[in-house]
Amino acid sequence: MDMKSLYLLIALSPLVGSVIAGLFGWAIGRRAAHVVTILGVAVSAVLSIGVLKGFLDGSAQVFNGPVYTWLTVNGFEFSVGFLVDSLTAMMLVVVTSVSLMVHIYTIGYMHEDPGYQRFFSYISLFTFSMLMLVMSNNFIQLFFGWEAVGLVSYLLIGFWFKRPTATFANLKAFLVNRVGDFGFLLGIGLVLAYFGGSLNYTDVFAAAPALASKTIQIIPGVEWSLLTVTCILLFVGAMGKSAQFPLHVWLPDSMEGPTPISALIHAATMVTAGIFMVSRMSPLFEMSDTALNVVMVAGSITALFMGFLGIVQNDIKRVVAYSTLSQLGYMTVALGASAYSVAMFHVMTHAFFKALLFLGAGSVIMGMHHDQDMRNMGGLRKYMPITWLTSLLGSLALIGTPFFSGFYSKDSIILAVQASNLSASGFAYFAVIAGVFVTAFYSFRMYFLVFHGKERWMEVKHDHHHHDDDHGDDHHHGLGPNDKPHESPWVVTLPLVMLAIPSVLIGFFALHPLVGGEFFKGVIFTNLEKHPGLEAAMHHAHDAVAMGTHAFVSLPFWLAAAGVALAWFFYMKAPHIPAAIKQKCSGVHALLENKYYLDEIYFAVFAKGSRALGTFFWKVGDMLLIDGLLVNGTARLVGYFSSVVRKLQTGFIYSYAAIMIVGVLVLMTYWFKPLILR
Amino acid sequence: MFSNPLSLVIWTPIVAGLLVLATGGDQRATLARWLALAGALAGFLVSLPLFTQFNNLHGGMQFVENLPWIESLGIRYHLGVDGISMLFIVLNSFTTLMVVLAGWEVIQKRAGHYMAAFLIMSGLINGAFAALDAILFYVFFEGMLIPMYLIIGIWGGPRRVYASVKFFLYTLLGSLLMLVAFIYLYFQAGKTFEIEAFQALAKIPRDVQLLLFIAFFLSFAVKVPMWPVHTWLPDAHVEAPTGGSMVLAAITLKIGAYGFLRFALPIVPDAALQVAPIMVGLSLVAVVYIGLVALVQTDMKKLVAYSSISHMGFVTLGMFLFTGSQMNVWALEGALVQMVSHGFISAGMFFCIGVMYDRVHSRNIADYGGVANKMPIFAAFMMLFAMSNSGLPATSGFVGEFMVIMGAVQVNFWVAALAATTLIFGAAYTLWMYKRVIFGEVGNDHVEHMQDVNKREFLVLAILALAVLGMGLYPQLFVEKMHLSVNDLIAHVAQSKL
Repeated sequence: MDMKSLYLLIALSPLVGSVIAGLFGWAIGRRAAHVVTILGVAVSAVLSIGVLKGFLDGSAQVFNGPVYTWLTVNGFEFSVGFLVDSLTAMMLVVVTSVSLMVHIYTIGYMHEDPGYQRFFSYISLFTFSMLMLVMSNNFIQLFFGWEAVGLVSYLLIGFWFKRPTATFANLKAFLVNRVGDFGFLLGIGLVLAYFGGSLNYTDVFAAAPALASKTIQIIPGVEWSLLTVTCILLFVGAMGKSAQFPLHVWLPDSMEGPTPISALIHAATMVTAGIFMVSRMSPLFEMSDTALNVVMVAGSITALFMGFLGIVQNDIKRVVAYSTLSQLGYMTVALGASAYSVAMFHVMTHAFFKALLFLGAGSVIMGMHHDQDMRNMGGLRKYMPITWLTSLLGSLALIGTPFFSGFYSKDSIILAVQASNLSASGFAYFAVIAGVFVTAFYSFRMYFLVFHGKERWMEVKHDHHHHDDDHGDDHHHGLGPNDKPHESPWVVTLPLVMLAIPSVLIGFFALHPLVGGEFFKGVIFTNLEKHPGLEAAMHHAHDAVAMGTHAFVSLPFWLAAAGVALAWFFYMKAPHIPAAIKQKCSGVHALLENKYYLDEIYFAVFAKGSRALGTFFWKVGDMLLIDGLLVNGTARLVGYFSSVVRKLQTGFIYSYAAIMIVGVLVLMTYWFKPLILR
Repeated sequence: MFSNPLSLVIWTPIVAGLLVLATGGDQRATLARWLALAGALAGFLVSLPLFTQFNNLHGGMQFVENLPWIESLGIRYHLGVDGISMLFIVLNSFTTLMVVLAGWEVIQKRAGHYMAAFLIMSGLINGAFAALDAILFYVFFEGMLIPMYLIIGIWGGPRRVYASVKFFLYTLLGSLLMLVAFIYLYFQAGKTFEIEAFQALAKIPRDVQLLLFIAFFLSFAVKVPMWPVHTWLPDAHVEAPTGGSMVLAAITLKIGAYGFLRFALPIVPDAALQVAPIMVGLSLVAVVYIGLVALVQTDMKKLVAYSSISHMGFVTLGMFLFTGSQMNVWALEGALVQMVSHGFISAGMFFCIGVMYDRVHSRNIADYGGVANKMPIFAAFMMLFAMSNSGLPATSGFVGEFMVIMGAVQVNFWVAALAATTLIFGAAYTLWMYKRVIFGEVGNDHVEHMQDVNKREFLVLAILALAVLGMGLYPQLFVEKMHLSVNDLIAHVAQSKL
């Protein structure tokens, strides 16, 4: 089999599964639907691992070639085409393996749902779209995949379409992403207009160096660097997809979707598309320090301020969601520091441990009979041992415990930011360091509230549930005082275990090749002379053992430990203290509880504003001015003249006769005038 | 004459329409329906060779037929298509077939007359696209108003009389000036009404060009419709029966845009260049202002009508983007793609609304809610059309807008930025409507009793869905037909006539 067919098979087999389950799910039934989709993704996953292996042992060649011509305009050809290099290979494995785990998990999680086949169809369609995105060799196909994953995200957030909150959230997610795409598309437009008239990555990157000093006038009279404008516009797209401040507002609401897709789409894969895109575009971003500063600032704000929000959440999924936002901020900061390979490293480790945490949360939610409020949980450790242990491992990875996967990627980010010489790097360093403490605190707040302490569901008043509205056939409404939580079935716990393994180990093994080695050589480009950030990370990446042991004497480790300790003290030992703080600082608490009021502001300004403007244009512009004044005004004017003329038509013969005589006289005078005058 | 494919695509539906009329009143409605279906299918089949046998490597007109008609005035029955008009003839014949299926048992009142009106209109529209003689064009162009006027006036909603008169007068007034322009050009071109002779005129003074442009503008801008002469369209759509809306949006609007390409731009290029900024401005108003107006509509048909105006803004935008005196290839081909794509999408959207209207007898968004619970198959199809209307890649709705935006960036960044707001507004008005109508709990008793699509409806939806997806995934099939004609047009327009 040639490489092109192989890559086509990787991309298309989930699509085949999706189409079968989607169009014929009603006929083939539930079991066949999950078998066929899982099979499709499994084929992709196995083949992807083979591809990655080829790139790891150096036997694989970069593939860059077209599949079919989508469009030719003005002599330029746009093809759907694949670029498979080490970066793509890594993403292929991350996407397909997490997707496969989520597919299996879904058998358990959705087994009571009437939309079972539809759900499998969607997640396989998502896998296909995401694969097309990462395998693209040009901007158009990238945009295709970009929008397609957005579509599936929209469909899945609104999967339980009866819930008003879900359909509000999916519309919001789509529209906020469209704001990002607006910038992205204009960025692509600038690329096409100025970078040699092609949208193929290789052509564009080849054209970029010659444009280093090219400026364009966006505002007449003001010269801006073309590369800066282009990169910032492209990054606006990434801000939408990867939920960076100020376009992050859709991600927490996306938790309205079923938990498996929160893990797959809104944690592990789709939201990292923006990070992936910027890494792909590293040859462009490297040429603009201004753009990198913008990237870094957006990432820093997201990393720190979204972490704060995780502290006050009571919904277990929302805590993980804010944690995802914060971690996406870390990746973005790494991009800003030109440590693209480190960002991709964190994309990978995060995909595993965050998918694990989400699936663990889903398992807890199942055990709690679809109650998501952590205030009703506690002590689940002994009822759900596998979920407990895997979630603990995931949390340890997330907070950066030495030797765990998250430690290597996060510490590499911190090292890179510390060494960065961009003007935003000071703020960024503060944000990522402070973020370590915040992350540890909210993660273990969640961990202790869920798995340890009192079994609080026994004392729950049953009108107090959050998110327990019905979906599908599921009529459970949380646990009663006499119920016991139960461990989930093996289809749920198996993916947890399978994800826990890389969450713990993969950082240790991947550190050297990804950050210190030459895995991304020729794929990701960093100008080390101008941007020394990466070099610091590379320096430590040569010895994973030394980096791990060294961590015990470093600041981030002790900050994380302090965060865990404080969480333990607050929520295990002295729960009256956080309650007291909440009362004392009610202003701050309200600010965090309301997510800095950004939702309210956006809604008032953008949603209500555009509706008001639309109403004004409609009622005043169309109805009053155009129709009222011009169209019907003309009609009335014609009507007025006719009514005047009509008055002449009296219907009396004698008046007609009189007028006729007058007319004849006038005409005769006119005709005979020459005669008379002569 | 009937051996020529263009004569066939014109006269097959007209003859079929007359046969349908001959079946008489409602007692033979079944016969009339089947006859109409056969006629529409025949009309579509005879149009296909135009597409398949079209020579992509051949500029100029193809399938030409040139016979004398009124010799004393130099008026000829001169037909021919290039890579632009050919697409619309096929699209029109396709849409007619969809319309006959769409109206099948829905139209109970004078079904035969209804079908006949559409068939005859289909032939007339094909004639307008194929005519290479200005008077012949004018006859077809005006003639097609009559069936549409009757369709709205007889089978329309409660305010159908207001809407049909508004439609008729609005569009008729503009075209009278066009006739005057033709007569002027007749004398200039040496007593001929050949459109190609008009285009070949070497010298036309600037002020004359401007007057001619204004005459063409009034005629065609109303049809497109461009802001601010667009207000007839929402009324016409709201009152028209489903089939009427489908043809109106899919085809009739395109004739306006086609008129700019065939007449205004090549005949008076200097005037077109001079007023291009105004045309771009009006187009952007259509995209942004009308997009916002669409957002606040409470009537689904009005919403889609405004959405049509907004999408047609991309068409006129794409046609009037100049660099120097050079039209932008990207934008121009994007405009053409947008025209074809909008034919599929708007037909799909209006059909979807018709399907719901047949069940609930309301077009109000507020009268629905939770339709997906009762009509899941329908909801899936409508999702596809809604997404395409929002310009989702891999559907046809993306291709044209993408090309126009890419072209606009090359000309002016801010024009591109304003045009690109459609990514946000288009999604906002379409998906917000979808959410309120389709998602949620079952809204009321009417929705509770809705039945999912029947086989006939499924067929129409599936065919349109395939068209939307096919054009999104492989636009090359359409675009490669138009390259040479577009290049010819651009080269022609670049020649000053001053």
